[in-house]
Amino acid sequence: MPLLNTLPDYVLTTKTDELLNWMRKSSIWYMLFGLACCAIELMHTGGPRADIERFGATPRASARQSDLMIVAGTLTLKMALRTRLLYDQMPDPKYVIAMGSCASCGGLFQLAYSVCDGVDKILPVDVYVPGCPPRPEALTEGLLKLQEKIMAERWLARSSSNGVAAA
Amino acid sequence: MEAAQIYQRIKDRFGERVLEISDHKPDPFAVIDPASIVEVASFMRSDPDLAMECLSNQSGVDYKDRIEVVYHLFSYSKRHGAVLKVKLPRESPSVATLENLWKSANWMEREIFDLLGVNFEGHSDLRRILMPEDWPGFPLRKDFVEPSEYHGISTVRESPIIRLDPKKK
Repeated sequence: MPLLNTLPDYVLTTKTDELLNWMRKSSIWYMLFGLACCAIELMHTGGPRADIERFGATPRASARQSDLMIVAGTLTLKMALRTRLLYDQMPDPKYVIAMGSCASCGGLFQLAYSVCDGVDKILPVDVYVPGCPPRPEALTEGLLKLQEKIMAERWLARSSSNGVAAA
Repeated sequence: MEAAQIYQRIKDRFGERVLEISDHKPDPFAVIDPASIVEVASFMRSDPDLAMECLSNQSGVDYKDRIEVVYHLFSYSKRHGAVLKVKLPRESPSVATLENLWKSANWMEREIFDLLGVNFEGHSDLRRILMPEDWPGFPLRKDFVEPSEYHGISTVRESPIIRLDPKKK
């Protein structure tokens, strides 16, 4: 007997995976982590006009409470070690957005002796947001792309063919 | 006071220890004997006609055969400024600190130490200020060779001009 249409209106049916992913994507807490000028746009994105809190993303001051690290700005080699440490402190599942040219590939400063050209040299990056700096709309789009990615995850599946690799 | 008058005044006072006065436009400067920089600077600070209350900038330059430290002084009360330079040997550049005259020298001297390796004698806290503590060498020296990796992070960077040039493919 099909379950659908037999239950009262207030009962919703879904898959456990999708419920978990839906909860996860709707409460992406990002770490307050501004490295350079992109941080201004990051603050703006959290502000009332772009307001990514609509999507459940709220800034956290501690890496231990965060799900998402938005690398906003030029990553220097000195900061790269600290960045890796902060990433290691974040609880799983964790995600990284490389915001702007500098975090994605070193940008304007990629040939400088003190600059790590791209945060993907030290961390796995989920979404790259191009721009110098990206507008709040672009970062919001990056967050929505990440949400799509989270929705495609299958953490409960045992086989890896159906798992995160497909996301 | 005009720049030329300022330099003439320290020349009159210190004679041979002011090695050179240049009327280079737009930024004339005086080259001072490194051993007397503290004396000259404290005179310029305390003299009522010069009254250089502010060390607005201090920087270092590597000219391949020597290293220069450049002092930009400014007087708020007299509305004039002056530039002093000292020339140091490249092998072991060392000059006395001006931290005790202008507090602002503290961090600027640390920066020059960090990037060019100039030793400021008598400095209270001569540590690197920008680069990591374990960084090898002084990056603004002309002969600085960048290490190929830093704590396992590769610093080999292909130039984007080469990367995007179709002829090189």
